[in-house]
Amino acid sequence: MIVFNVLLIVLLIVCAIAVERTKDLLSALIIFGAYSAIMALLWLLLNAPDIAMTEAAVGAGVTTILFVGVLSKTRRNED
Amino acid sequence: MKKLIFALLLCGLLFILIAGILEMPALGSIDNQSYNEVAHYYIDNSINDTNAPNMISAIMTDYRFFDTLGETIVLFTAITVVISVRIIAAGKSHYMKGDDIDG
Amino acid sequence: MDDLIVKVISKIIIPFMQVFGIFVIMHGHLSPGGGFAGGSILGASLILLTLAFGLKEAKRKMPHTISKIVETGAILLIVSLGLFGILSGYNFLTNGEAGFHLGRTGEIISAGFIPIATLAIGLKVGSTLITLFHTIIEED
Repeated sequence: MIVFNVLLIVLLIVCAIAVERTKDLLSALIIFGAYSAIMALLWLLLNAPDIAMTEAAVGAGVTTILFVGVLSKTRRNED
Repeated sequence: MKKLIFALLLCGLLFILIAGILEMPALGSIDNQSYNEVAHYYIDNSINDTNAPNMISAIMTDYRFFDTLGETIVLFTAITVVISVRIIAAGKSHYMKGDDIDG
Repeated sequence: MDDLIVKVISKIIIPFMQVFGIFVIMHGHLSPGGGFAGGSILGASLILLTLAFGLKEAKRKMPHTISKIVETGAILLIVSLGLFGILSGYNFLTNGEAGFHLGRTGEIISAGFIPIATLAIGLKVGSTLITLFHTIIEED
């Protein structure tokens, strides 16, 4: 179980760095959704199912869709 | 000279901050100030007070409901601001085209 | 947004999402979850409806006037719950002593105003999410 935890946290850090490094904003959004999904799994492993539920619905679902909606009104590439 | 004074000031600030950290209780220590009797009160009495088995829900919507009310008002303010910004932007684009704002 | 597969799958999956959201809201005082989680699940189901069937159909199902009424009504419901405590001689937002039905532990209708408060918060969050999404993707 500890191996799984460490794997998830390493994946979380990799996702967080990748969001910042990616130039294409749509790809960054998708990686950000993956970050939220991993975070929801971690909340579940920390015995907080209600936070996990909220994180999965808001973080991975609604926030990504709202960002994509805003992105469709602006430019897709950074700088 | 200016640089030296600045470095001395920064060293003093560093000393103060490190001294402050050393005074704080260790992370996760049982003597931590935030582990006071409030948590024990909630664990012991929340079922008798509210008859709700979900203690988090009992805290969020009974003991600390004023906090949740503030959260709800934050959401309300956010949606109000978004709608007013959209209305202003739409009015401006109508104005640019030469249309009437009301129409 | 005119994909047959997405439409058929959404038609199957949206009722289950909404039932699950209402379950999470109504069991907020018994099981994990509560107003915020259930409301965001409800809002996500309505967003899926908008994405699958387009803005016009979604506005026919969930018009702006209804979500406006729900949004303001939920806050007024919470504040009036608090004022009930003042009227019966206690503090703002008093639960048990102010005369709300506490019931037996573990039943649906118990725990004073907690189910009503979770219902109000859930409706508020869901309608806020759907109004935000419709406002953002609206063409001007």
